[in-house]
Amino acid sequence: MKARYSIFSLARNALSSHENWPQAWRSPEPKKEYDVVIVGGGGHGLVTAYYLAKEHGITNVAVIEKGWLGGGNTGRNTTIVRSNYMWDESAALYEHSLKLWENMTKELNFNVMFSQRGVLNLAHTLNEVRITKRRIHANRLNGIDSEWVEPEQVKEWVPIIDLRGNGRYPVLGGSLQRRGGTARHDAVAWGYARAADALGVDIIQQCAVEGFDIEDGRVTGVRTSKGAIKAKKVGVVVAGHAGVLANMAGFKLPINSRPLQALVSEPVKPCVHCVVMAGAVHAYISQSDKGELVIGAGTDAYNSYAQWGSNPVTEDTLAAICELYPLFRRMRMMRQWGGVVDTCPDASPIISTTPVKGLYFNCGWGTGGFKATPGSGHIFADTVANDRPHPIAEPFSLERFKTGFLIDEHAAAGVAH
Amino acid sequence: MAQRYRLDKGGRIDRDRPVDFTFNGRAYQGYAGDTLGSALLANGVHLVGRSFKYHRPRGIFSAGAEEANALVQVGEGAATLADLKATQVELYEGLSARSVNCYPSLDFDIGEVNSLASKLFPAGFYYKTFMWPQAGWPMYERFIRKAAGLGEAPLEPDPDFYDKRYAHADVLVAGAGPAGLAAALAAARSGARVILADEQHELGGSLLSGRDEVDGKPGSDWAAEAERELRANENVRILPRSVVFGYYDHNWIDILENLSDHLANKPADAPRQRMWKVRANQVVLATGAIERPLVFRDNDRPGIMLASAARSYVNRWAVRPGESAVLFTNNDGAYAAALDMKAAGIKIAAAVDLRAEAEGELTQAARDAGIEVLAGHGIAATEGHKRVRRVKVAPLSADGRSLAGEARTLNCDLVAMSGGWNPTVHLHSQSRGKLRFDAELATFVPDRAVQAERSAGACNGTFGLADVLGEGFAAGEAAAEAAGFSVEKAPRPQAGNGKFLPARWLWLTPSSKPVGHGGKHFVDFQNDVTAADLQLALREGYTSVEHVKRYTTTGMGTDQGKTSNVNALGVVSEFRGVPIEELGVTTFRPPYTPVTFGAWGGRDVGDLFDPIRRTPMHSWHARAGAEFENVGMWKRPWYYPKAGEGMHEAVQRESKAARESLGILDATTLGRIDIQGPDSAEFLNRVYTNGWKTLKPGAIRYGLMLGEDGMVMDDGVTACLGENHYLMHTTSGGAAEVLAHLEEYLQTEWPELQVYLTTVTEQYATAAIAGPNARKLLAELTDDIDVDPDAFPFMSWREGTVAGVWARVMRISFSGDLSFEINVEAHNGLHLWQTLMNAGEKYNITPYGTETMHVLRAEKGFIIVGQETDGTVTPVDLGMEKLCSTKKDFIGKRSLSRPDMQDPNRKQFVGLLPDDPNEVLEEGAQLVETVKSQPPMDMVGHVTSSYMSPNLGRGFALALVKGGLHKHGQKVYAPMPGKTIACTVTSPVFFDPEGERLRA
Ligand SMILES: Cc1cc2nc3c(=O)[nH]c(=O)nc-3n(C[C@H](O)[C@H](O)[C@H](O)COP(=O)(O)OP(=O)(O)OC[C@H]3O[C@@H](n4cnc5c(N)ncnc54)[C@H](O)[C@@H]3O)c2cc1C
Repeated sequence: MKARYSIFSLARNALSSHENWPQAWRSPEPKKEYDVVIVGGGGHGLVTAYYLAKEHGITNVAVIEKGWLGGGNTGRNTTIVRSNYMWDESAALYEHSLKLWENMTKELNFNVMFSQRGVLNLAHTLNEVRITKRRIHANRLNGIDSEWVEPEQVKEWVPIIDLRGNGRYPVLGGSLQRRGGTARHDAVAWGYARAADALGVDIIQQCAVEGFDIEDGRVTGVRTSKGAIKAKKVGVVVAGHAGVLANMAGFKLPINSRPLQALVSEPVKPCVHCVVMAGAVHAYISQSDKGELVIGAGTDAYNSYAQWGSNPVTEDTLAAICELYPLFRRMRMMRQWGGVVDTCPDASPIISTTPVKGLYFNCGWGTGGFKATPGSGHIFADTVANDRPHPIAEPFSLERFKTGFLIDEHAAAGVAH
Repeated sequence: MAQRYRLDKGGRIDRDRPVDFTFNGRAYQGYAGDTLGSALLANGVHLVGRSFKYHRPRGIFSAGAEEANALVQVGEGAATLADLKATQVELYEGLSARSVNCYPSLDFDIGEVNSLASKLFPAGFYYKTFMWPQAGWPMYERFIRKAAGLGEAPLEPDPDFYDKRYAHADVLVAGAGPAGLAAALAAARSGARVILADEQHELGGSLLSGRDEVDGKPGSDWAAEAERELRANENVRILPRSVVFGYYDHNWIDILENLSDHLANKPADAPRQRMWKVRANQVVLATGAIERPLVFRDNDRPGIMLASAARSYVNRWAVRPGESAVLFTNNDGAYAAALDMKAAGIKIAAAVDLRAEAEGELTQAARDAGIEVLAGHGIAATEGHKRVRRVKVAPLSADGRSLAGEARTLNCDLVAMSGGWNPTVHLHSQSRGKLRFDAELATFVPDRAVQAERSAGACNGTFGLADVLGEGFAAGEAAAEAAGFSVEKAPRPQAGNGKFLPARWLWLTPSSKPVGHGGKHFVDFQNDVTAADLQLALREGYTSVEHVKRYTTTGMGTDQGKTSNVNALGVVSEFRGVPIEELGVTTFRPPYTPVTFGAWGGRDVGDLFDPIRRTPMHSWHARAGAEFENVGMWKRPWYYPKAGEGMHEAVQRESKAARESLGILDATTLGRIDIQGPDSAEFLNRVYTNGWKTLKPGAIRYGLMLGEDGMVMDDGVTACLGENHYLMHTTSGGAAEVLAHLEEYLQTEWPELQVYLTTVTEQYATAAIAGPNARKLLAELTDDIDVDPDAFPFMSWREGTVAGVWARVMRISFSGDLSFEINVEAHNGLHLWQTLMNAGEKYNITPYGTETMHVLRAEKGFIIVGQETDGTVTPVDLGMEKLCSTKKDFIGKRSLSRPDMQDPNRKQFVGLLPDDPNEVLEEGAQLVETVKSQPPMDMVGHVTSSYMSPNLGRGFALALVKGGLHKHGQKVYAPMPGKTIACTVTSPVFFDPEGERLRA
C-alpha cells in the first residue's frame, strides 16, 4: 500500500525529516512477459495502464518509456484543458475527459492542481464570430458548458487586454468555458505513474522500443533496448513518434510530426487569471501559479522530430502577444522549448485497432491532447482490454481515413490546444 | 557616509561622475561605471531581496548574469521593469529600484513565517496536500497565487519601441573576454567580416576584474588596445551591451542589444533594444565560465557571495564588500580573491579550504601574505540574519562526509566562496553540440560541435590566461580559414598561466547534523531548493535529472540554474552513487538570459503587425462613411450607413437598390492568378472539378477547387484570355493559400507541366455594377465594347475602353442580377469608380458593401467558401455534383469515392425559411429535428448564413442539414436560449431560380 498524501502525513514526515517517504513508483527490471505492454510513458500511456489495472483487472502490465516518464509532450505542453469542441464525436471524447479531470486529484491522491479558472477563445473576425457561435450552440445542445462573451465581458475577465487590436484584430467577443482551465502537467504523469504502480504496473524508463515481434499477423512482443519482452497485447501511445512505431509494425499512419513550441516569461505577480486563446493570431496565454506567463505558439511549417521550435514562430507569437497585451512588451522570455506533435489531417486523434492483431494505437493528439489525457487513457484501456473500440473511440478509428468519416476540428480551432 | 565602502582609488568607475539613485525609496550615490549591485555594496547595502519560498533575506551573490538573489524592480509606471538582476543593471542618474517579493517591506517581510514552517514545505509538498476538500482547490489556489511571482508587470502600454536587424558575418564571436578578443583579432586580421558581441558595456571580460598582465601590461590595457585595433577595422562590428542569447539551426544566432536602458535620458525617437538575427559562416564561442558556489549549511545569508564576485567588486568597482572576510574554497584559484581583498584592506579572518592538503601557487602566496589557511576544513554553519555575522568552521573527516573535530567560530561579514568553475556551455549546447564530463574540472565541457562552431577559453574548460589567449587566437584563425580566408599566424601574447586547480571535489559540505536535520544547504538560491529537497526527490523515486529538476524546481528560476545545475547534479550523483557522467544534463534552452517580448515583436506591432491592404478606391469609401470589414488582410467596405442608419437599415436599402436599379461593389480584393504556358488547360483540368479544355478565348467559366481530401477549398471564375493564357479568380481571403496549393502541385507533383503562375491581384481594380440598369450605364461609358446581350453574353469578357481608360469587362454575377465587373489598371480604379458614380446618379447608383453582397448572393443560393463550407463539405453536399467531371481526374476525386462521401445522410446545403417571417436565425445556430426539454439533443445541422431580405420581405437562411437535399419541405428547429425557432427546409435558391435576370 502506498502512503497516503495529506497535510497530516506531511506533518508526520516532517518529524522524521522527510526521510521515510516511500518511492512514488518502483523502477523494476522488465519481466520476460506481460499481458499488455504499453509503449510510451506519457500521460496517455500511464492512464491507459492505470485503467487496465483498475477497471479491467489486467495488472500484469508494463509501461515502456524510452526516456523519463512524462518527458514527451506531457511535460512540455501549455496545459490548457477544455471540452468545448465542435463536433459531437469530439465533444463526447473531451467532455468524458473533463469529467475525469474534475475528480483526478482525489482519485490519485496526488494534487494535479487542476485549476478551473476558465478558458476564453477570442474571436477576431466576423467569420470567427460565426464559427465560435456555431461551436457554442453545439456545445450547449450537447450539454457542455460554453457561453458567448461580449468584448466588455472579455475585458472583465482579462483587464489587461487591448480590445481594439489596432483595428486589425479587434476582439469581437469569444467563447468561455468556465469549467476549463489548466493543470500541473508533471503532476498528472507522476500521479498516474504512482497510482498505476500501486496497482502492480511496471514502469520501465530508459527503455526504447525498437521493433515488434509479429507472428501470423498478431503481435507477440516488443524488442527493446533492454531486450525482447513478450506481450499478448501492445498499446502504442508515443505521440510524435507514432509514425516511427507504425513503420516498425509495417503500416503507415496519416500523421505529420512537427515541432510545436511554448515559452514562459519570468515570474511576475498574477495579472492573467484565466486562459486566453487567440486562434487568429496564434497566441495563447495563461499565468502559472508561480507567476510565469505561459505562452503557446503555432507549429513549425515543416515536419521534424526536433524538440525545439524555430525562431520565426517565436517572433510571430510574441508579436501577437505584444499586440493583444501591449503592457507585456517589457516582460522577458525566460525559457522556450518544443515538443513533437502528431497531427492528423482532420486535427482529431486516432484511438484504434490496427492491421496487426493485438496491436493498438493511440495517437494523433497533435497540439491538443493534454486535456484528453484521462479520457483517452480510459477509453483506450477499454479498447485494448476488449479488443474492440470503446463506443467513444469508435469514430476515431483508422478506418475513418478510408471511409472519409473525418472529424475535422480545423474550422473550430486553428491550433487545437 | 556616502559610499563608505568605496576604496580610495582604483576601479573602472568614473569618480568625476557621481550618480544619484534610489533603492527602496532611499537615496544613494554611486559612480558612472557602477552596476546597481556594486553601487549598493559601496553604500553597505547587502540585504537586497527575499527568496521565493521562505522569504529568507538574500544579498548580492554574484557580479553578473548568474545572479540568483538580487532581483529588483527598476523604474515605475509604464516603463517599469520586473525581475532585473541588480548585478547587470548599469547605474544611471535618477535610477529608482526596489526589492521584489517582500511585504510590507524588505526589512520586515511577513512571508518569512514560511521559513518557520519550512519543515512542512519540502520539495513537492504541494503535490501532497491542498487536496481536501477537492472542491477547496480554487480557494487554496487563490491563496497560493497571492504568493506567486517576483516582480510586477507594468500596468500601462510600453512607451518604447524595438528594432530588429539581420546581419551576416564570416565569423561571429560571442564574448569579448581574453579568448573572444583574441579570436576576433585573429579573424579580423584575415579580412573576414567579424561580429563581436558582449553582454557588458566594456570589452575585456575577466581581464577587467583580475590583475593579470598580458604582454607586460595590465590585462585591461591589452583589452583596450585590442578593442582599438578592432574598431579601426571596417570589417568588424562590435556590439557591446549585447547578449548572444540563442543559437538555432544553420548557424542562426540571436543577439539582444541594449540601446537605452542605461541612459538617464532615454531618446524618444530611438529604439530601446535591438534584436540581431545573425547568420554566421563560423562561430567562436568565448563565453567564459561561471563560478560555482559551495553547498554548505545556511549558505544563503547576505554577505555570502562568490569569491570571483568579491574580487570583481574590489578590483573592478573599487568596493569593499565587507570588512572581515572568510574565504571558503575547494581550489587554489580562489586565493586570488583573498589576496586582492587583503590588498584592499579587508581583513581575511581565515581561508577555509576543503582540500586536506591545501597546495598551489596562490595558496602559497596567501600563506606568505599571512593569511591563515585552514586546510581540510569546511564551514559547518553560519549565523546572522540580514547579514552573515560569523561562521563555524571545523575539520573534516578524510572522506569529507563528516566533521572530524571541534568547530571554531570566526567572526566575519563576508564569506567569499568558490566551488570551482563551470564553463558557460549554454550556446554550444543550444547549437546541439555535445557535452563531456571533465573529471579533472568536475564539470561539463564542450565535446563534439554539430554546427560550424568552436569554443575557446574558459567556456571550453581552459583556464590559464596564456592558454586562453592562445586558444582564442587559434579559434579565430581556424574560423577565418574555415570561412575561406587565408590566415597568417600571429605571435601569441605573453601572459601568466595559473589555473584554478588543484581542487578537491566535495559536493556537499557536512555540518553537525545530517542534511535535512538542521539548517539548510541551498543548491538553488532563487527557488529555495536545498540538498535535502534533492535527496527527498531521489528517495521518492524521482531519479532522472529531469524529474529531480521538475520536482524540486532546481534550476528553474530566472537565472535558469547558472550556479545551481552542476551542484545539483553533484548532490544527486553522490546520493545515488552514480557517476555524474552517467546522469546526463538537463537541456539548455534558449535564451541564455531573459529576452524582452517587445524585442521579439520588433516593429511587427501596431500598424505593421499584419499588413493592411486597401483598394485604390479605399479613400472614396472612407469619405462615404463606410464601415469596413477585415477580410484576409483586406479592408473591405462592409456597409455604407447614411445619417441615422444602422447596419440593418443600410443593408436593407443597399440590397433593394441593387435589385431594383443599380448597385456598385468594390470587387478589387478578389485574388487573381495569371496562368500561362502550353499546359495551362490541362493544369486547370486537374485543379478544378470541371472540364476546361473547351474554354475559348473570350469565355469565362466557374470552377470548384478541392483539396486532396475531396473537400471544397476555393471557388471562382477563370477567364480564357487567349491561347494558353488564363486569369483565375480566387476568394479574397484564399488567394495566397490557393497560389501556394497550385505551386506545390506544379513543383512537386507535376513538374512535367509547362505552366507559369503569377499573382496579379494588385495590378487591377475592379468595380462590379449590378442591377437591371447595369447595361445601360456601361453602354454610356464605352464606345468600343458592344454591350448587346448577344454580342456580350453571360460568362464572357470583352476588352475595350471604359470611362476613357483601358478595361477588361467581365459579364459575371455574384448578385444574381445582370452584372458587369469592370477591371482597370489599379491606378485608374478611383477614376473608374468616380466616373461610374457620377454617370450612375440617374439610376440611383448605390454603393454596397460585403454585407449586402452576402445578402444578394444568399438570396440566389450562391455559396461563400469558408462560410457555407468549413473544410468538411464536398461538391455533392453542395448539390454541385454536376460540376464534377466523370471523364477526367482532378485533385480530390479519389477521396470523393470513399464510402462516407456517398452517405445520403451527410450534411447538405439547403435553404431555411423561419416560420415567423420576421425571424432572423443566428448564424451558427444548431438545428434539430426533435426538440427535447433539455440537452443533449441530436443535431442535424447548422445555419451557415442568415439575413433579413428586403427583396423576399422576410428572414431567410442557408444551412447544412443532414440529408438536406431530400428534406425540402420538412421542419427543423433551432433551439436557442429562451426560445425555439421553427423553420422549413427549402431549396437554397430563393431568387430568380431560372436565372433569367442573370442572363438578361
Ligand atoms: C508546446 C506544446 C503545447 C501544447 N499545449 C497543449 C495544451 O495547452 N493543451 C492540450 O490539451 N494539449 C497541448 N499539447 C499537446 C499535448 O501535450 C499532447 O497531445 C499530449 O501531452 C500527448 O500525450 P501523450 O502521452 O500521448 O504523449 P507524450 O507525453 O509525448 O508521451 C509519449 C511518450 O512516448 C515515448 N516514446 C516515443 N517513442 C518511443 C519508443 N520507441 N519506445 C518507448 N517510448 C517511446 C516518448 O519518450 C514519450 O514520453 C501541447 C503540446 C506541445 C508540444
